[in-house]
Formats: sequence, structure tokens, C-alpha cells
Amino acid sequence: MNFMSEFSLNDFLYMTKGLGVSITLTLWAVFFGTLMGIIFGFVRSVVGFFLNFIIGSILDIFRSVPLLIQLILANALSAILKFGYSPFQISCIVLAVYTSSYVSETVRSGLLSVPIPFRRSSRSLGLTYFQTLKEIIFPLALRVSFPSWVGITLGVFKDTSLVLWIGIIELLKSSQIIITRTQEPLLILSIAGILYFTVSFCFTRVTGMIEKKWEKYEL
Amino acid sequence: MNYTFHWYPAFKLLPKMLIGSITTIEVAFLSILFGIIIAAILAIAKNSKNKIFSSFASTWIEISRNTPALYQIYMAYFGLGTFGIYVGSFGALLIGITFNNAGYLAEIFRGGLRAIPSTQMKTARSLGMNFIQSFIYIIFPQLFRIVFHSIANQTVWAILMTSLGVIVGMNSDLMGVTNELNSLSFRTFEYFLLAAILYYLITKLFLGSAFLINLKLFRY
Repeated sequence: MNFMSEFSLNDFLYMTKGLGVSITLTLWAVFFGTLMGIIFGFVRSVVGFFLNFIIGSILDIFRSVPLLIQLILANALSAILKFGYSPFQISCIVLAVYTSSYVSETVRSGLLSVPIPFRRSSRSLGLTYFQTLKEIIFPLALRVSFPSWVGITLGVFKDTSLVLWIGIIELLKSSQIIITRTQEPLLILSIAGILYFTVSFCFTRVTGMIEKKWEKYEL
Repeated sequence: MNYTFHWYPAFKLLPKMLIGSITTIEVAFLSILFGIIIAAILAIAKNSKNKIFSSFASTWIEISRNTPALYQIYMAYFGLGTFGIYVGSFGALLIGITFNNAGYLAEIFRGGLRAIPSTQMKTARSLGMNFIQSFIYIIFPQLFRIVFHSIANQTVWAILMTSLGVIVGMNSDLMGVTNELNSLSFRTFEYFLLAAILYYLITKLFLGSAFLINLKLFRY
């Protein structure tokens, strides 16, 4: 009698469900991470050296400690303080903070890449400070920061695979579960790899098209 | 909050964790070393006119850059078994990270190679050096200067990535040691906070020494 069952369409659907979890996690993390990153990056480009150093080194911690440990620590802390967050919420928060530490760096360098005369001339044309930011600085900085933002987003999408450690069934965990049953690691991992690859590849293509579109507005 | 932190037992296990850190550093440096060698070959192969070499290199680079590092470690741990190759968790970790590093470093090298004018190679060849010689004596020293900073960053990545070994059952590196100690006492927060601090120190120490090497090597 054969106790092993073959890889079936249901298993594939199960894996795509896992992929859905990965993508949802990425979307939330990138959304909040980008928001926070823009705020931090903007603050860092405005304030003086000392404050900049403090914010920078706090954000740097999230880049110097393995994400896996950050997830474990956040999970343990939430249990200790009895926050009662679900693992999904915890990983969203951790990934968002992780994303923001990278995004703040690119936003800052993007904002600093806009030449100072641009600000001065727009102010002298009668725009207010916030109008200058909105109409002149941000669009120019966006073009500089966008490629690295794409890289960060892809990195976060790949890093969502780590959340399996705190008990979320995402793409890699779901493939592991199927491997345990069917004992066909190569086939199933290849399918998982193709899924990861396809998503990353499509994302790069779409953002590449956006970048192309912006190219004609290049300075 | 009625949870009492127990820091003392965590500190008592610090020596074990430090021994684990040595394994972590070992894996990271081995993977970077192999990664650099493979990446140099991949970068040359990708620029070559031979279709087979260049498509092999681009396949490697695309796969390693577009799938998670953890997936690559899984592939080495579970996937290689299909071919009858059984690597332990150490081997799987090393293979996975090396594969990943090689892909990223190859792209870094390719960017660096593009920054070196092609006339350098032509001049070296016309002076009578063969391809290997001109690469080692002329191109590589210039390339190294350009990519040094990126290699340092990639090494930090490698150090952080070694923590993934624990998912495939690695128990001798910093993360693995911490995890094993944790399963004995379930003082999760204390132990892992200590491990986090150690990881932070390792990366900062590495970046500091890279900075010093940078000053020493590129003072001209």
C-alpha cells in the first residue's frame, strides 16, 4: 500500500495561497515602511548633524541584526508585554520597521541629491516652502530614489520567507509541508522557486517600464 | 507585566555564544571567499561571447538574486538529496550563502569592470601579457579598489544570512547555539537579545576593520 500521495493541483493551490500570504505581508510592510522611511528620511535631511547621527544609528540597528532575531525578539516581547498581537501583525511591524530603515537612507540621499539652487530659485519664484517640497524637490528626489526603492521592495519580498519561524504559513513553509507528505523536494522547491522568480521578475519589469516612462523628463 | 527578566543565566552562557560566533564568522568568510572566486568567473563568463557561458552565468545570477536566501539554503538541504548528494546543515548553509553571494558579487564585479576603460586591457595585452596576467596585474587591482566597499557590504549581508542556518538545523553557529540554549530554558527574549547584540558587534567590528584596511590599502 502506498502511503505517499502524488503532487496534485490542490497542493499547487495551497502553495499559491502561501504566495498570497507572502505578497500580502510584503504589501503591508512596504506600505508602512515606505511611509515611515519617507518621514525619517525627510527629518534626517533637514535636522542637524547630531540628531541625524542619533536617528541614523538607531535605524542602523535594524540593518545590523539578523531579521530572524528581530522577529523572534518582537514575538517574545509581544508575549511578555501581553500585547496579544498575532504573528502576522508582528511580522508586519518588524518588516515595516526593517523596510523603513532602508527607505530612510535612500529618501535622504535622494533629497540631498537635489541641488540647492533648485530650492532657492523656486522660492524666489514665489512658491512657499511646502509647495517647493511638493512640486520641485519630491518629484526630483523620487526619480533618484525609485530604483533603490524597487530593490528594497524585492528584498523585503524575499525576506518574508523568514516569517515561517514564528509560525506563519507562507510560500516556503507551505512547500515544506507538502514536501513532508510527498517526499519530492526538488519538484516542489522548483515550483516555489518559479513562483518567487515570477513575482520578482514581473515586479522588476513593471517598475522598469515606469522608470523608462520617467526617463524623458530627465534633467 | 508580571514577567521577570533573568539576565544572569544569559550572561553565564556568553562563552558558549562566543564560540558560536566564531563559527558564524567562519561560515561568513568562507562563503564570501568562495563567492568572490565564483563571482569573478561568472562576471567574466557573462561578458564572454560564448552563448553557453553567458547564459549559464546569467541564469545563476538571476536565480540567486530573485529567490530568497532561505530558499537557496532549502534547495541545498532538501533539493540536493534528490541527486543523492547529502550535505549536513553546515554544508547546506555554506552552499546556500555562497550561491547567493556569488550572484550578488558577480553583478558588483560587472559594474566594476564596466568602470574600467577597455583600453587598460588592450594596453596590457599589447605589452605582451596574456589574458590571465593582464587580468591579475592590471585589471584586478583597479577593480578591487572600486568594489571594495560593496564587498564589505556583501560580507555584512553574509554574516546576517548565516543566522538562517538554524532553520535547517544548524546548531553550532551563534544563532544555532542560542536557539539550543533557548530550548532548554525558554528565556527567549534574554538569550536572543544577547545574540542580537553579538551580531551587531560582529558586523560593526567587521565594518571598522574594513574601514582601516580601506585606509591602509587605498592611501594613494
